[in-house]
Amino acid sequence: MSAPMKEMTQSLIDTEDEVMLRDAARGFLSESSPVSALRANRDAGRAYDPALWAEMAQMGWTGVLVPEVAGGADMGHRAAGILAEEMGRTLAASPYLSTAVIAASVLRQAGPGAQGALESIAAGEAIYALALDEGPKFAPKATAMQAEKHGNAFRLSGVKAFVADGATAGRVLVLARTSGSAGDDAGLTLFDIDASRAGLSREQLSTIDSRDHARLIFDGVEATGDDIIGDLDNGFAALRPGLQAGQAALAAELTGLAGGAAAITLGYLKERKQFDRTIGSFQALQHRAAHLWSEIEVTASAIANAGRVLDHTPEDAELAVSLAKARAAQTAKLAVSEAVQMHGGIGMTDAFDIGFFMKRARVGAEWLGDYGYHAAVIAAARGF
Amino acid sequence: MSNATEDLAAFRAEISDWIKQNCPAALLGRPMGETGIVWGGRKWTFTDDNQRLWLDRAITRGLTAPRWPTQYGGAGLTRAQEKIYREEMQKLGAPPPLESFGLWMLGPALLEFGNDAQKAEHLPKITRGEIRWCQGYSEPGAGSDLANVQTRAEDMGDHWLVNGQKIWTSYADQADWIFALVRTDRDAPKHRGISFMLMDMDSPGITTRPIRLISGKSPFCETFFDNVKVPKENLVGELNRGWDIAKYLLTHEREMIGGGGQGLLGARSVAQILASQEGALLADPVLRADAMQTEVDTLAFSLTMERYKDQAEAGRGVGNASAMLKYYGTELNKRRYELMMATAGSDGLEWEGPHGGLAPEWLRTKANSIEGGTSEVMLDIIAKRVLEMPNT
Repeated sequence: MSAPMKEMTQSLIDTEDEVMLRDAARGFLSESSPVSALRANRDAGRAYDPALWAEMAQMGWTGVLVPEVAGGADMGHRAAGILAEEMGRTLAASPYLSTAVIAASVLRQAGPGAQGALESIAAGEAIYALALDEGPKFAPKATAMQAEKHGNAFRLSGVKAFVADGATAGRVLVLARTSGSAGDDAGLTLFDIDASRAGLSREQLSTIDSRDHARLIFDGVEATGDDIIGDLDNGFAALRPGLQAGQAALAAELTGLAGGAAAITLGYLKERKQFDRTIGSFQALQHRAAHLWSEIEVTASAIANAGRVLDHTPEDAELAVSLAKARAAQTAKLAVSEAVQMHGGIGMTDAFDIGFFMKRARVGAEWLGDYGYHAAVIAAARGF
Repeated sequence: MSNATEDLAAFRAEISDWIKQNCPAALLGRPMGETGIVWGGRKWTFTDDNQRLWLDRAITRGLTAPRWPTQYGGAGLTRAQEKIYREEMQKLGAPPPLESFGLWMLGPALLEFGNDAQKAEHLPKITRGEIRWCQGYSEPGAGSDLANVQTRAEDMGDHWLVNGQKIWTSYADQADWIFALVRTDRDAPKHRGISFMLMDMDSPGITTRPIRLISGKSPFCETFFDNVKVPKENLVGELNRGWDIAKYLLTHEREMIGGGGQGLLGARSVAQILASQEGALLADPVLRADAMQTEVDTLAFSLTMERYKDQAEAGRGVGNASAMLKYYGTELNKRRYELMMATAGSDGLEWEGPHGGLAPEWLRTKANSIEGGTSEVMLDIIAKRVLEMPNT
């Protein structure tokens, strides 16, 4: 495999440390955040459990991508992906992707001024949201929201349509246009503002995955030069590390989700009896299960690769990250569809957990770019 | 940089240098079709002297079998070194000096199961390209149900007497020796009465007949055994335990067909064919979508090959998961060739056309998911052995 895939000296299998991290995460999450916890959150009308988030902070997960000088564990993107994968297996809900992955990856590039923000992420105190999408599809360069210059300040006006963790976040990273027009690469600027700032209102969306998604309405929200991350008019460059880290970790979450759905389904196939036989003995179902397992295995390789490339040659990560997200979206879709079909009628009931996997897979497939978006990136990178 | 990294960098420089100095310039970058491969053996004739020179030099350096022990004519390279060697060969466009079933299959089997005398007798002749081997597994009544082999070897005291028929014996008409599965106990359960036997194709009683395929001329033959006398020492491993060796080799073969080693994946790239059409076909949204999906899956599958190799290298065996590589790789390869044929349009419909032999290659891929265990058998293996799904 030629660049920009991993170099041959980096193995795609888990290191000893990574195996330990995975085991510890799986043990913790199956105990503290099984799928029943998501059901409990949903029934209680909350997007996540703050006590779980506090425990994640204690274990260093919120600082997984925060430098040690800011109190983080700085374990890297492969480790961040392993944690996301394990969270996907049990559908553990938290602001992990928005805060510990996306915001931390943006802020650690932002110079010494961001040290305090990184410290509060590592400590589990700050919750961030990325306000980016303005329409139903991920298209960062189509950003139209205006940040108009007013003296030494900017006034942000417009609507961010779909913001993960947008209702609970205390801080918002928002991409707005300081010059140019929708569709231009240049002219975008990234701001880091407090969610309580005057003129910013938030509408909680009731999404199928029972997590926090919100519409953010900016009506002349004031921002100053101090709020800018990276350079004026070059906000996309400042955002890119966060987007790529988020896409890779979300892909990992979806792959874990696929594995979790497949494991539950396999358990069911080994238990359920019809026609006086265990239904898992029918070849028609065996082949479906075996095919699904194969797809998950192939996607897991793209996930491991994306983590390795982000850790070693982040400047060349585009192809590896898009490959991971494209594959993960498809594999999760297959896994949850097969899971419901192979469960039969019970798979359609709310009482059974498998539906939660299907709903989260659909949200994860869209967020940060769907299959078509990432396949197009890959096609361009491969020269067609 | 760590010492290991420095050592590998030094090895890369050294081996690249060696290839440049030893591979005849005329061979560099030559397209690798069927005629470019050197198979070796008693009946072999080189297409030109450069091939002979390149083989001789590679033999001196042990590079016909990079990972085999030096005492048998290998180079004793580590996996990381071997990978660098192959990367440098590819970079320079140098062809493999020798390919053979001996290198791919019998050698690994003998290294694992053979006795010292068998290794000393057969391995050096393989690395030097002196003896060409073929594989006698399938029979008319033993396809997917391979353990049903009926070709019989009777113990006659001082020799074995072999009678029966094999099918799909690739290159049997050009091979010098055959390694075969034969039934040595007809009363035992079928997996427990099979032995692994080596036979000289010049033995009286062995005849071969080529098989023509839908893709045209093929390397496949039928091979007949009529009262063939085989020396007692030609049995490999334990009597009646040949199935263990067969399984070991099938795993090996599946990894290869699935895309590893000199696997089929990568023989032509999708991007290459698309580029040859000067972008015109990319305007077709259906073809474009198909090309994108195929590229996504091809990249992810290549990484999976890498990951499994890393796993094997780390001493954690791949085991039955190799069935997945075989299943996925061959199905993907069929998709890739369907796409390439659709992209080529009428330019791809001649036996030899603007894209060379694309059409026969496309037809040939249809066998990929049959030979070495069908896709359905692979899915059975995954379901039963990996996922441990029930029988009743």
